Amino acid sequence: MGPLSSLVYFPLIGMVIVMCLPKEAKVAIRWTSVGASIIPLVVSFALTIDYFFGHAATGLMAYVEGPYDWIPSLNVQYYLGADGISIPLLALTGLLSTLSLLASFNIENRVKEYFAFFLLLEAGMMGVFVALDFFLFYIFWEVMLVPMYFLIGVWGGPRKEYAAIKFFLYTLFGSIFMLVAILILYFTSTPHTLNMMTLIQSGSRLPYMLQMICFIFFFIAFAIKVPVWPFHTWLPDAHVEAPTAVSVILAGVLLKMGTYGMLRVSWPMFPAALKDMAFWIALLGAIGIIYGALVSMAQKDLKKLVAYSSVSHMGYCMLALGAFSSAQAITGCMFQMVSHGLITGALFLLVGVLYERAHTREIAAFGGLGSKLPVYSSIMFFFAMASLGLPGLSGFVSEVMIFLGSFGAVNQVLVGISVLGVVLGAAYILRMVQRVFLGDFDLAKWGKLTEINTLELVTVTPLMVLTLWIGVYPKPLVDLMSATLNKLITLMQR
Amino acid sequence: MTTAAPIIDLNLMIPEIFLFLWACLVFTYDLVTKRKSGNAVAWLALAGPVLTGILTVVMFSAGFYGYGKAAGAMFEVDPMAVFFKIIFLGAAFFAIGSSFGLLKNRIVNHRGEFFGLILLSTVGMLFLAASREMISLYVGLELTTIPLFVLAAFFKDDRLSVEAGIKYLIIGALSSALLLYGMSFLYGLGGTTDIWQWKLEVARIAGKGEGVGVILTLSVITILAGLGFKLALPPFHQWAPDVYQGAPTPVAAFLSVGSKAAGLVAFAKLMIGGMVAFWDPVMIPNDWGILTAILAASAMIVGNVVAVRQSNIKRMMAYSSIAQAGYIMVGMVALNDFCLSSVAFYMFAYMFANMGAFAVIALIEDATGSCEISTYAGLSRTSPALAVTMTVFLLSLTGIPPLAGFMAKYYVFAAAIQSAGASPTFGFLYWLVGVGLVTSVVALYYYANIIKQMYFHDRPSTSPITFDAPMVMVLAVALCGVVVFGLFPEPVLQFARQIPPPYELFQH
Repeated sequence: MGPLSSLVYFPLIGMVIVMCLPKEAKVAIRWTSVGASIIPLVVSFALTIDYFFGHAATGLMAYVEGPYDWIPSLNVQYYLGADGISIPLLALTGLLSTLSLLASFNIENRVKEYFAFFLLLEAGMMGVFVALDFFLFYIFWEVMLVPMYFLIGVWGGPRKEYAAIKFFLYTLFGSIFMLVAILILYFTSTPHTLNMMTLIQSGSRLPYMLQMICFIFFFIAFAIKVPVWPFHTWLPDAHVEAPTAVSVILAGVLLKMGTYGMLRVSWPMFPAALKDMAFWIALLGAIGIIYGALVSMAQKDLKKLVAYSSVSHMGYCMLALGAFSSAQAITGCMFQMVSHGLITGALFLLVGVLYERAHTREIAAFGGLGSKLPVYSSIMFFFAMASLGLPGLSGFVSEVMIFLGSFGAVNQVLVGISVLGVVLGAAYILRMVQRVFLGDFDLAKWGKLTEINTLELVTVTPLMVLTLWIGVYPKPLVDLMSATLNKLITLMQR
Repeated sequence: MTTAAPIIDLNLMIPEIFLFLWACLVFTYDLVTKRKSGNAVAWLALAGPVLTGILTVVMFSAGFYGYGKAAGAMFEVDPMAVFFKIIFLGAAFFAIGSSFGLLKNRIVNHRGEFFGLILLSTVGMLFLAASREMISLYVGLELTTIPLFVLAAFFKDDRLSVEAGIKYLIIGALSSALLLYGMSFLYGLGGTTDIWQWKLEVARIAGKGEGVGVILTLSVITILAGLGFKLALPPFHQWAPDVYQGAPTPVAAFLSVGSKAAGLVAFAKLMIGGMVAFWDPVMIPNDWGILTAILAASAMIVGNVVAVRQSNIKRMMAYSSIAQAGYIMVGMVALNDFCLSSVAFYMFAYMFANMGAFAVIALIEDATGSCEISTYAGLSRTSPALAVTMTVFLLSLTGIPPLAGFMAKYYVFAAAIQSAGASPTFGFLYWLVGVGLVTSVVALYYYANIIKQMYFHDRPSTSPITFDAPMVMVLAVALCGVVVFGLFPEPVLQFARQIPPPYELFQH
């Protein structure tokens, strides 16, 4: 079993073990799951380091497994590989999975099922980032939906049933378009193949109409996942109803699958269609930035605020993807994916910490928490600043790269409007900070609130360290990705 | 036309004869034990399809009497026949295996008849699978359905069951009459009932410029209507929900898989085997492919949309099986190399998932007496294993990878897209695939509704469900089928690929 397979199978093995444990053995179940996710975490970080020193200069696919025949009748192969755009996301997935599992220790209801589903989810996420065969990619893409449906639907908030089915239906609706596009690509390739690497070469030779159809079909599938405005309406529901750890995964990893899919599949595969659609993609991105930020400002619920800020932040990614001809913008896009995963993941964790104690997330209910919970408040303040793009933290780096890069590559008015998103971002973040952490503290109401505990600190500290590191010294991450991104950009500009 | 005395090679029919004798054995055993046979008669019946299946596989793989013709043109064992025989025998196995719960209080008398009739119906299906000629095809189809009329009405004191039996009888008679009517036109045109001979003959007549159009059109329409009733393709579907609801649950399961597969075989033999040479707008003015595509599209739309509104799970499964028939027909009208193998594989995957889901329904019905979807609330609390199993079946029916149902859907849609891309005549298949994919999102909604009941409701409405041994076996086999053939479909696909493409069918 190669290292990439182990990323997928260790969580699956963990799931099987968890399912075999008696359901009363909650402690054993929790630690088994954490153990099963620490292995992929270690492997993914080891791969990151190894890739950085061994392969980053060339940016080629590394750790390739296969292609082995799996279903020869349908030309389906087992084919895995990772390069500069999947490696950082694998590390992010490994990290956030383990942290989310740690953050799930407070789940007391149906513990066994929860952790089993969570590990299945992790296997699916890892699989998406390493699959190089379309069939395999699609399987992992879909496999994830099932545990997600259960995690939201069983352990979610008051409107969990609605949120769960909405998420499931929306994403499945997107994936069927992807399935058609995959089939069209399969039958137009000679010899018929589902190998992504081969199809990236041959996809560009398709007739323009067919390229456009496939591009749009893939775009619908990926855009729903990102989510790009106007496909975003599942996201606030899912985020608000999902339990904390699931929100972390949803924001930290699942949304990145959409942008990863665009970078990996549809952007390099259909350059002619991309060229004509670039403006519209950037436009959707700009709308998302402004819309997400404006809606965030109006939120009364902390979690909903963070959820809509995701729409805004993923809008930056879309703007950069519209400016695909600029290496800087695309690098910024990858940066934004990683940094949004870290920051928003942490924000959801922190909102969860507060909700756990106060049983409400209403912004208006709080005030002056800074005086009662200094540690918690300063951590929250740290991530709030990262989210609004304070220089020195990772959010700033990615925003600068995206704006600088896209200014020369897409309509400049669009970029100008998008920059307003930063101001709006500052507005909703600062307003939230002011109302929750500053001002008068209601001793009668919140006198019993306790400070963030050790386990919770353990879950957010790694995210703080990485956010600061990327913000202060982004060069290693740039070096990790740049060669691969340059190759992809060459493909996009054919 | 000279007719040599047909050589009747009965050896090829050993599985059919064996199963027929076994059915007689089941009848007699119940009588000999003075109708006190208990569960033994059910076990005996369960052995029937298993042994016949072993016999079929052994005969086939040992090399003697693998493929070949018997009784002139009436009977031919080819890869398609063998593949569908396995499906029929599997359906019978699952139906009998999930009937044990009925023996406790619902079927106290006439146990021999209940199981014997299931086996007899299966014999009819086996003959149908191997027929290549209109009369034997018709006889096989009748032998399949007549026992099912009785089985549907088996709960004599239950008004719904009796209603189901009567409805099914009337609809069955009507559809057979339509089918026979259409076939009589065909006979009039070609002067033979051998489908391959008939095709050559009519091609010869048409080649001479003599019009066959109107009469052929008429027969195509009546045959499509007749088979449409059998397959419950809208607008010929109204009987299905009532019959499924009223019939004993294992019988409804058997109807939804066995009888459906029988209708598909008849469709493949008559339409694809007989008519595909006339895929030519000059020769056959109304394109039966487009007619069939319309039936398939309406099945997917009506089945999936109406299923959403059902509160009785058997009615929901009836509409779901209407929709599934629509998906299968998508593969059928592709008319390319993959068409029959995709249909066969879909049916194979569908058998495990659907029979498994019906087995769970039967189990819950035996335990609670109810088929309401609300009965499933909180099942994951009281019977977690059963809830997981049911979830897997439902996800497979939805077509979520990596389960067998997804491979089947993928293969069917792949067949259609290949065909659509290959020739502009088949451009309509793009729309058909579009309808199929969009409606499969709708399907998720009602399948997920059951999952929601089982998992998202904390207050269980049932006490823990107890299993008996045959039910454990049925569920385990179905679960393995859904998972294993989802992950490793290759052997089955290889076998399904041996089914000759339409233009070669009946040629060898």
